[in-house]
Amino acid sequence: MTAKAEIHIPINSDSDIVTARQQGRALAQEMGFNGSDLTVISTAISEIARNIVEHAKSGEIILNAVNSPGTVNSPGKIGLVVIARDKGPGIADIALAMQDGYSTGKGLGVGLPGSRRLMDEFEITSAPGIGTTVTMKKWKR
Amino acid sequence: MDGKKRERETRTKNQDPEKRESSYESLTGPVIPESTAALLRELVSHLRENRTQLREEWARRITESQLLLAMTKEEIFKEATAVYDNYIAVLETGSVEALEAYARDLSERIIPRGVETREVLGIVLLLRDVLARSLFKKYQADFALLNRVLDAYEPAANRIANTVGVGFVQERERIIRQQQEAIRELSTPVLQVRERLLILPIIGVIDPQRARQLTEQLLRGIRANRAKVVVIDITGVPAVDSMVANHLVQTVDASRLMGATVIVTGLSSEIAQTLVTIGVDLTKMKTVGDLQGGIEEAERLLGYKVNMVTQSTDQIAAAK
Amino acid sequence: MRVPILKQGNYLIASIQSALSDYELLQLRDDLAAQVGRFRSKGVIVDVTVLDIMDSFAVRTLRAIAQIARMRGSETVIVGIQPEVAFAMVQLGLALGEVETALDLEEGLALLELRTKQGGSRDSQS
Ligand SMILES: Nc1ncnc2c1ncn2[C@@H]1O[C@H](COP(=O)(O)OP(=O)(O)O)[C@@H](O)[C@H]1O
Ligand SMILES: [Mg+2]
Repeated sequence: MTAKAEIHIPINSDSDIVTARQQGRALAQEMGFNGSDLTVISTAISEIARNIVEHAKSGEIILNAVNSPGTVNSPGKIGLVVIARDKGPGIADIALAMQDGYSTGKGLGVGLPGSRRLMDEFEITSAPGIGTTVTMKKWKR
Repeated sequence: MDGKKRERETRTKNQDPEKRESSYESLTGPVIPESTAALLRELVSHLRENRTQLREEWARRITESQLLLAMTKEEIFKEATAVYDNYIAVLETGSVEALEAYARDLSERIIPRGVETREVLGIVLLLRDVLARSLFKKYQADFALLNRVLDAYEPAANRIANTVGVGFVQERERIIRQQQEAIRELSTPVLQVRERLLILPIIGVIDPQRARQLTEQLLRGIRANRAKVVVIDITGVPAVDSMVANHLVQTVDASRLMGATVIVTGLSSEIAQTLVTIGVDLTKMKTVGDLQGGIEEAERLLGYKVNMVTQSTDQIAAAK
Repeated sequence: MRVPILKQGNYLIASIQSALSDYELLQLRDDLAAQVGRFRSKGVIVDVTVLDIMDSFAVRTLRAIAQIARMRGSETVIVGIQPEVAFAMVQLGLALGEVETALDLEEGLALLELRTKQGGSRDSQS
């Protein structure tokens, strides 16, 4: 199966958020995701990219297509991976940050928990003073 | 873009005899001795030279073995030719991509006609056999060489059989999944009972996948029918747990974002009580005992709009 | 790009034409706030039909628009949220709270008529 090149999108300002979610949608569309998944994917990208701008100032979003090869017994599946990483202040209490409605800023506090609900897989690693990396996946149905 | 780049790379490799063996990497393992590459090249020219005869032989054996009975002789010969040429291409380039694509396409065409997995595997194995026999005949004088040719041929042939087989099975599963979705969609129609009023009678077990699909269907229905009120009847849902309830809440919220009011009917007060105790927020959900009552309520809501000037402000607020 | 705001009778209609950055959304908020005051509008409609997503920032800003408008005596209706967008919003955990919604511009105008004429004149409607 074709290996697609990674797409790197630097995130420095609010207009980069628009670029990131549009590129994510374009890649997902090319991969054959259906209409409601396109919206779901770009919404999650928008939230996670905004967290970079709002809480870490700058960072990057990496988009990638992955295959999980099939066997005779289970069909292979393809998925879209979104990685957001920054070298910002990091998150001291991840469990707290993942709670609905929790925000240290003026946000609604749904970005992290909501993106986890929207995507199939969600992983966050963060260390104070070092930065934050969010990795999310959506599998094609 | 990437596809094109890859193609170009493959072509360059083919033109450059020294680099050529590297294109076999994915075919038979990481390191291919030049001799194997040379043997495969010889194999390819053998298959090219005897294309007509071997193809016919293969098609004949397919018919003899009573495989692909759903297809005519001409069709079998046509597909056999295409598979044969793809087969040569795999041996030559080491890349199964084109074959994969063809296998998917072929499967898509023959699955609706009832061709079975066993038949597809059967024909690929037959081709393997036909080719092996012809190699046998050609090299029988030199046993050592024959052995080496077969050693080079076998892994490639197995990989091809595997590609076609897996491609077929995957395509079949995709079609089955698609049919299941279609059946589900049919089993829960979004009904328009009168202008601006939709009814969604849900029957059967709701799992997360079906729940999502029902919501998508309803939301599209709201837009298509310009619905203002929706009645979701869950009398026919055997188990209403917190997953189902939370999903209903999401559906109610999403419908409201599109400007439609949802009434849920068929939710017994006992179950509603249980849901509230386990933390499901039902306050935003308008519930009415049975479908009949729900429709009456819906018509009242729609009626408020029509006769709004005769209603008091309180009633309008209550209708929201 | 600045979102065009149309004045129609007592109402302001902002119809979003393309994807908006955060900055452009804030600009829309400020433009609407200024115009609601200037024209003493009774209602505001924000048409989001073309938006292919609404994230938490968009929702926050739309809520702010409604709040500002209400303080100046004006009702706000958001119209045109697409089915997929609505579904993604609720999965994300967003609702519009007090803000009214309607299917499209026509429905939005009807809703504003209803809201602003409550207890008002008795136009004969059948
Ligand atoms: N990239 C990040 N760098 C530092 N802190 C972050 C980052 N992303 C999220 N956070 C922290 O987690 C909290 C919750 O994030 P989120 O759920 O998106 O809500 P919001 O962004 O609205 O505050 C934020 O308020 C912030 O404190
Ligand atoms: Mg956030």
